[in-house]
Amino acid sequence: MKQRYIKQKIFYILLLIITLIVVLFVVGIILYLIFKGAHAISWSFITQFPKNSMREGGILPAILGTLYLMIGTIIFALPIGVFAAIYLNEYSARNKFTRIVRLSIINMAGVPSVVYGLFGLGFFVLFLKFGKSILSGSLTLALMILPVIITSTEEALKAVPDTYRHASLALGATKWQTISKVVLPQALPGIITGAVIGIGRAAGETAPIIFTVAAFSMPGLPKSIFDQAMALPYHLYVLATQVTNPPKDIQWGTSLVLLIIVLIFAVPGSIIRVRQRLKKRDLS
Amino acid sequence: MKEFRLIFKKFKAFLITRFIFINGIISIIILTLILIFLVYNSLKFFIQYPIFDFLTGTRWSPTSTEKFGLVPLLSGSALVTVGAILIALPLGVGTAIYIGELAPKFIRELLKPIIEVLATIPSVVIGFIGLQLIVPLIKNAFNLPVGLTALAGSIMLAFMSLPTIISISEDAINAVPIRYRHASLALGATKWETTYKVVVPAASSGIMASIMLGLGRIVGETMTVLMLTGNSPRIVFSWLQPVRTITATIAAEMGETVQGGLHYSALFALGLVLFIITFLINLIAERFIGKIRNT
Repeated sequence: MKQRYIKQKIFYILLLIITLIVVLFVVGIILYLIFKGAHAISWSFITQFPKNSMREGGILPAILGTLYLMIGTIIFALPIGVFAAIYLNEYSARNKFTRIVRLSIINMAGVPSVVYGLFGLGFFVLFLKFGKSILSGSLTLALMILPVIITSTEEALKAVPDTYRHASLALGATKWQTISKVVLPQALPGIITGAVIGIGRAAGETAPIIFTVAAFSMPGLPKSIFDQAMALPYHLYVLATQVTNPPKDIQWGTSLVLLIIVLIFAVPGSIIRVRQRLKKRDLS
Repeated sequence: MKEFRLIFKKFKAFLITRFIFINGIISIIILTLILIFLVYNSLKFFIQYPIFDFLTGTRWSPTSTEKFGLVPLLSGSALVTVGAILIALPLGVGTAIYIGELAPKFIRELLKPIIEVLATIPSVVIGFIGLQLIVPLIKNAFNLPVGLTALAGSIMLAFMSLPTIISISEDAINAVPIRYRHASLALGATKWETTYKVVVPAASSGIMASIMLGLGRIVGETMTVLMLTGNSPRIVFSWLQPVRTITATIAAEMGETVQGGLHYSALFALGLVLFIITFLINLIAERFIGKIRNT
């Protein structure tokens, strides 16, 4: 009898150690990045151009490039994603076809980012002749985050009680009026949460932008959406592997700036989502 | 006039419905387009380079001898993936069990966001950290000339797949009805015996789904392996050797190719192989998720 409890104790300690390894890894990475990168970040670091083959100066064009890409991505992904979710939740019938649509959304989420990059190169850059540009890069990233937007919007739409829809329809509103004036405003916070998480993901991706937009270095800032742009993730890749003997400070500083931008968008969204899920679980 | 307005209203509703439908099936359209582009460019490759030589070729040297053998890249991907999943499996499922079965509520609410944060760290940052910390560690620990090895990639990829594995496994463990646990405890089983003989088997479909989805992430990950695994397209059987994965090959070589050339289309063929592998993995994962819904 006692042996069984000793066994339980041993396994509990083992599980605790495993969990601690995972937590320490995450917390360790973030603290280490802050520790190494914090003193590299200064006003001039984020407002200057790279100098002397990236061995001096700042990372302004990369920061701006990433911001342009984030804006471009959400402009394309949000409307399409929201309408797709409206179709799934408000219009589609429960049949085999809808199942196929859902299955393809799941599969889209599983397509590796580098394959999106290949597709972006083949379709947007070469076939549609947008060239290596902010437009091509934003469209490629938009495709990649579509599943995130669709799923989170659908969850938000599902949370709107059916009684709201019935009340609106009973007052003589059309289906579209009901959706646009009653359902969507109610679902807005959930939709925004999803959009913010999506933007955060787009900001950190490298593989889809290498062939579609990212420039190794640029003399000035991009002037239109048909120009190439530098981007933080690709810039970090270049600093880490292509530049010979770059100062460590610039590398760590760039990593930290990228992480901060991504976390600003990802953390609030993630916390809200986790809270909602846990709450939903406790209720059911 | 009234009739005209009614017709106009109906027409508008029709247009809106159509417009929403097209957006609704966007996922099918995009997946089809991706497949068409990959297949079209791969066919251009297979016309000039026999598909049999591609699938069984043991050398990948696109520039010097124009040999496009898939085997070294596939074995590189396999080695890194197997290593990563061997590390991720105990860590992921263990953490999921801890969060789902043992942790007090406030610790659970603290741990879940921390693990979500891990999912958001960009792969290029993970690669950079690996380059700074893990690669020198491996070099010194095993006395190697270089630390850029399959093992370095496996370790970092394992952690990147953890959020997927933990969150879906934990959901599955949480979905096991409380009465199963009560029944087991009432029969005199200890809490731990209940967990691993009743709860984990009952959640096994969800745990398997989480592992498959984690696997999909590992196979498709690009930047981390590109930065950490040494990029040497040779067939090796040790985790302490440099390798080259399919994903890293596409990312590393696409920039140097002539658009429309043989090498260019060969990289699309690699993309097709990758697409098929991840598609199959997702299909299997979906099977396991379907099983949960049916029970």
